[in-house]
Order: sequence, then structure tokens, then C-alpha cells
Amino acid sequence: MITRSIPITVAIFLASLVTTVAHAQVVVRGRTVHTMSGPSISNGVIVITDGKISQVGPANSVTIPAGYRVLDAEVVTPGLIDAHATVGLSGILNYKHDQDQLEHSAPIQPELRAIDAYNTQDELVTWIRSFGVTTVHTGHAPGEAISGQTMIAKTFGNTIGDVTLVESAMIATTLSPSALKKGKPKSPGTRGKLMAILRAKLIKAREYQQKLIKAEADKKPDRDLALETLARVLSREIPLLITADRAQDIASALRLAKEFDIDIVLDSAAEAYLLIDEIKAAGVWVIVHPAMYRAVGHRKNQSFETAATLKHAGIRIALQSGYESYVPKVRVVLFEAAIAAANGLTFDEALASITIDAARLLGVDERIGSIAVGKDGDLALYDGDPFEYTSHCIGTIINGRMVSDKIR
Amino acid sequence: MRFLLIVCVLYVHTGCAISHAQSDVHAFTGATLIPVSAKPIVDGVLLVENGRILAVGSQVEVAIPPSAVRHDASGKIIMPGLVCTHNHIGGIGGADRTGPIQPDVRIYDSINARDAGFKRTVAGGITTVNIMPGSGHLLSGQTIYVKLRGGNTIDDLFIRDADGKPTGGIKMANGTNSRRDAPFPGTRAKSASLIRDKYIKAQAYRRKREAAKDDLSKLPPRDIGLEALVEVLEGKRIVHHHTHRHDDIMTVIRLAKEFNFRVVLHHVSEGWKVAKEIADAGVPCSVILVDSPGGKLEARELLLKCPGILEKAGVKVALHTDDWITDGRLFLRMAAMAVRAGMSRAGAIKAVTLAGAEMLDLGDRVGSLDVGKDADFIILSGDPLSVYTKVLETWVEGKKVFDRSYPQDRLYAVGGYGAGNETQPYFCCFDHAEGQ
Repeated sequence: MITRSIPITVAIFLASLVTTVAHAQVVVRGRTVHTMSGPSISNGVIVITDGKISQVGPANSVTIPAGYRVLDAEVVTPGLIDAHATVGLSGILNYKHDQDQLEHSAPIQPELRAIDAYNTQDELVTWIRSFGVTTVHTGHAPGEAISGQTMIAKTFGNTIGDVTLVESAMIATTLSPSALKKGKPKSPGTRGKLMAILRAKLIKAREYQQKLIKAEADKKPDRDLALETLARVLSREIPLLITADRAQDIASALRLAKEFDIDIVLDSAAEAYLLIDEIKAAGVWVIVHPAMYRAVGHRKNQSFETAATLKHAGIRIALQSGYESYVPKVRVVLFEAAIAAANGLTFDEALASITIDAARLLGVDERIGSIAVGKDGDLALYDGDPFEYTSHCIGTIINGRMVSDKIR
Repeated sequence: MRFLLIVCVLYVHTGCAISHAQSDVHAFTGATLIPVSAKPIVDGVLLVENGRILAVGSQVEVAIPPSAVRHDASGKIIMPGLVCTHNHIGGIGGADRTGPIQPDVRIYDSINARDAGFKRTVAGGITTVNIMPGSGHLLSGQTIYVKLRGGNTIDDLFIRDADGKPTGGIKMANGTNSRRDAPFPGTRAKSASLIRDKYIKAQAYRRKREAAKDDLSKLPPRDIGLEALVEVLEGKRIVHHHTHRHDDIMTVIRLAKEFNFRVVLHHVSEGWKVAKEIADAGVPCSVILVDSPGGKLEARELLLKCPGILEKAGVKVALHTDDWITDGRLFLRMAAMAVRAGMSRAGAIKAVTLAGAEMLDLGDRVGSLDVGKDADFIILSGDPLSVYTKVLETWVEGKKVFDRSYPQDRLYAVGGYGAGNETQPYFCCFDHAEGQ
């Protein structure tokens, strides 16, 4: 299978190097097309016109328009979506000047926007793109009580305006020891204090919100970037993305959501398997930690099977590359999903967790996450089972444009 | 504890201690054998006796003694236990911050044999590891070669030389990790200079010791650090050298030539840029692969293609987990990722077995399924390089040390509540089956 498809594809890609243009009209033929909007199609054809999918179906039902560039692959999937990353903020070199994912000057800074920090051209953005990742939910990292905002971006584009799908997606919140400070004058130093400062700030934001609503036009309170961001959380425009691993920290996250009647998304959640009923009752999404995170510290009891355990209990999940302070400086969500697929998730469930389910979680499923007419022309091409270690991503397409032609 | 010890004695006397090193023959039949030193054998037979491999071959070639205990491994794969040349499990601590060169420090003296890392590692099919101190020093101490045979203390685990002493190498590093404020070096040239100076001292110490011969009055005062370096100079102790950038790699090769020490290059991120030079120098490489480049400047070009390029240049290539950098349960994955980026399948399998064994001077004991070698092997559910394959059983010296069908072992294999805790003390005959 693999050996047959590589030479053909290589030839096509070499030819394509000189012809790649934005919004090319492209046809992709796949021996297997996982649409994620219905059953997989054998010998499927996808037509992308002006950046959007214009036709999809079995070869005998699709007319290939004249003048379109035709690409072949063994397996075609929707462009992959990484449901939570810090890529673009946590740069490749890991030196101070390219690390913008955590600002330590104060524990609560929801006003920090990801769009003011995301580097569209960091080498690691290019890296994950070459494995088929076309969209990332990225932004401020866990490590402060509230470290800032997240955004949703395509992985190809020159400036922030070119790549942004959603400017302000969630508020990165941490309920784990990584948000605690050591040393006497520093705070929060304990789990209890961490919750106390979060609650106090949310109460303040509610008062600010009520003042805004009640006040006459000329008596509105002064603008406060932090409080007006949290007011959006209180009005349930955007959720808190709460990173919590230990069971008691997950319980705290659920408690916070209940007290303030806000939407939250649970992030990482290494011990979520201990709180299945509670998480189900709360109806929240869980973005499960990368399967290959190190099992140390507050994640020492993490499991390769958590994604499957939660999914099969009826909890909505998506997968992520997460945040890595050392190496690998970025994880590839495809590889994390592969481990989940080998540890209890079915192939379809694992693929959904990095395509359509991730899109639903992020509220962008109208545009991306499946191969369907009218959606963005974002595709990933593979020479075999995408989850198999020795398969390769042989092409990535964003908005109908070939944005990676590496054999990876 | 006393109760358990009594139980243990009873089991021995009633012959129930099935996982204890056996005096009888065990026959593993029906599996595809990957001996590494030879081509795979379909429907093969592996005979094990007294912790050693008695025979390896096809059903036709190997006669199974009637008394043998048979293990049906039909449809499975059996290959040698994996060898990891670079590992940090055991909650270890090597050299401290007092200086950049500390050959007197033995990692042997710092290992917690109950660290959960041992259980995860054996669940990944690894049976032999080189436990090393870190890379924050030019020379951070003596390493130790360990068998994951299960044990209560490190003394149950290490691999002994002919005199019963621990085997191991010396850990060295260059590049950026070992650079910091004085007395540590601030530049690459200073790093090399400090190391050269120390080895020159070791040469002088060696000469004095040789000149003294049996005259105790002429022997120099004992210096346990220089003693270890003399072992390096005499070729008895291999230098395991952390190095990333192409020029740092060449520096290691230059120093190895000057002092005539045996060296294995570790990590070798930019080895693909100087593959021919490494091959010409005849220096083996133990490579690490992680899922993306970067994390620091000198690893910016750490690429998945490195092992394949080194292999093609004729370099002997092993891989290592660097656990906790990567998890021991994912070691076969690393071999597969090397294949993904161009290494041969046979080369990648060898890189996690025999090549690593040879880099630890253990090639005559472990790393392949050959008659007379230690019966260290793993039983896999399928293709060693597939994401869907599971390590079903791990055997060390004829003893089963991991069985995925046992809940406690499965916990370490996949993770879950309690998987991060220290393991319980090990009792000689109180094994999984009996414990249930």
C-alpha cells in the first residue's frame, strides 16, 4: 500500500512546487476518505473550489472539473484540529525571547490576548502543519491562576489577520500546583488560596458587569480590561479553560463553574477517570492531556486509556498537544491521538477527537472539522493508516492551498 | 512482611514459584522469532533453561524435550528484551553543584529500586538499562548497567563483572547543559580544556600506579575519581557522552582520540550533518528521537531522519529513551519513528536491542536470541513497529517479570490510579500469580 502510493505522490508534489498558488482549484482523490460527516468513502473524490469544498463523494459520483490540479493519497482526512496547544507562543528555541505563553507578573491576567503574541511563522507551527494539523486552539499556557486568553488559528498564513478564526476563544485558568508560588511573600501558595483569589476576581467582575448594565450612559465605570474579559465569561460568551489534573483540582473546577453559573472546559484532567459521574453531571467537555505526557508530579497517575474511559462513559472529549516546557517543544496531536486509538478509542473516535469533535468543542464546526460541501478546503493526506507509526503525512491543504508537501 | 517471607518459603518447597529462575526447560512455540542476529523465524521454537537460551530455531530444527514446560505463543512475536543505553529511572542523583567534573560519584549509590519507573520500563519490554547521572556537568559520574529482573535493592539488579562488581561507564557531556557560573565552564573551549586537564592528571596517576608496581610505599594516595578515569584510559569503562551540535560531536571525537578512550556518542542530534566523519572515526551513536525539534538551540535540528542517515553512512546506531525525557513504554515507538524517517526496519530493531548491548560491552550476554545468552525476551501481540502492538510479557533470565494480563502489571503498562507510586518491596518467590 505504502510503497505503491509514495512514488506517484512524490512525483505530483515535485511538479507542484512550481505551481502552488493561493486558493488553487484542487481535486484530491483518496483510496479511503474519512469525511467525518458520514461513513468513510472508498475511492472518494473531493473538489475544492476557491478554498471551499464544492463536491465530495465516490469517484463515480463526482465530476472532476477541467484545469484542476489532482492529488492522490491512500487516506484523506479533514485537516486536523489541535484542541489545545501553546504553539506559536511557546517558540522552538525555548529561550526567554521566544516564550510568550506565560506572564508571571501577576497571577490573574485575563486581559492578555493570544493574538498579540502568536507567531504565525514559528518553525513549530510549520512542523505540526507538516503532519496534517491545519487548525490550532492555542494561547496562554497553564501555570498562573488565569494566564490569559486563547485563540483559534489556521496553521498557515503570513500575519495574524490571515490565520485567525476566533480572536478570543477561552480564558486559560489553572487549578493545579503549577499555578502555586513558592516563597513567603508570594501568592497564591496553596490550593485554597488559589480558589479564593479566583472567586474574588469573578465576584468583582460580576459587580463590574452589573454596574455596566445598571449605570446611566454617562456614569459607566471606567474600562477595566481584565474585568470586562471576565464579564464575557460570566455572560457565558466564552468559557474558562481550566487545567486541572488531580481529582480534587477537577472537583474545584466543577465547583467554580457551579458557583458562578459559567461554562468551563476541563483541560488535561489526568485523574478524570475518578470523577466520571461528576463530570457527566456537569456536562462539560474534557480536552484530555496528551497521552504521551510524562507521568510525573500531579500527573503521575495519568493513563493512556483516559480518553477512551471518558468517551465510553458518554463524556465529550477532544485531544490536544498541550504545553511542554522542555522537549518535545511541541507535540503532534496526530501522534497523541494514535496512542489513544491504540488504547481503547476506536479509529473513528480517535479521528473525531482531532477533527469534528474538536471543531464542535471550539464552536467552529460550521467551517471546519469534516469533509462536507461548503466547508473550508482543509485536508490531510496520508500514505496509510494515519495513526500508524510508520505511515507518512504526504500533504496538507488549507483553504485549498497546498501548505506542506513534505513526506513526514 | 514476616508472614510473606514464610509464605515465600512454602512456595519454594511446594514448587509453586513458577516465575522463579527455573532449572527445567521452557519451550515457547508458534511465534515468529526475531533473533536480531539472524533473519526472523516463522513458527519458531525458543528453548530456555536455567535463565539462558538453550535453542532458537524452526519447529524442524529444534527438538523440544518431552519434559519441557510448553508456552503456546502462536500468532505472537518474540524478540530479545530491549536494551536502553541511556536512562534516568530510579529517582537518581549524580554529581552535585560543587564542580563540573566528578568521576568519584557513582549513580549506584543513589538508586531507588522501587521507583515506578522500573515497572513502566519493563512494561515497555526493556530488560537492560544503563542508568546514568544527568548532563549538567562535563563529567557527572559513573553509570551502572542494570537488569530489570525485579529486586528489592539496586544490588539485586546491577550486572556484575567477573569479580562480582557493578558494570558501568562514565557519563560526560558538552554543549550548553554543562555551561554555567564558575567553577563550571562558561564556553565550549573552556569545557574541553577542563576535561583535557583532568584526563592528563589521570594519565599521570596511572603512570605513578604502574611505576609503583607492588611497592605499596610508592603508590600514590587513593583517589576514587582518578581511579575511575584510569579505568576509562584502560578501556575498561566506556565514556557515554551527551552531545548535540555537529561541532560538539567532533570535539568528543577529538578528545577520544587524544586520550584513547572508548566512547559512545549520545543524543547526537546533529549527527546527520557529520555522519561520514562519525563513520570514519568508527564511533558508535546512541540517538534519541523526540516528536519535534527544538526545546533549546542545540537541539533545533534534532530530526527524525538522523538514525537513518547515520545507518546509511555505516555508523553503528542504537536508540535510547533518556527516560524521563521519553517513557520506557514507548521505546519501540522510537524505533518505528526512525523507520518512518528512513531507517531500515532491521536496523531499527537492532538499534533497540543488540546495537545497544554492544555499546554497553554486553553484546555477548544480551541483545539477541542466541544460544547461551541470557534468556531476556519479550512476547508481542504483533509487529514490533506498530502502534497497535502490545508488549504482552517480558522475561528476564528465564523469569517472567511483566505480564499484561495481570491487573497490577497492566496498571503500570497503561497508567491509572496508583501507577505513579513506589512499588511494593519485592519478595524472592512472591510473584504476580501467587499474589492474586
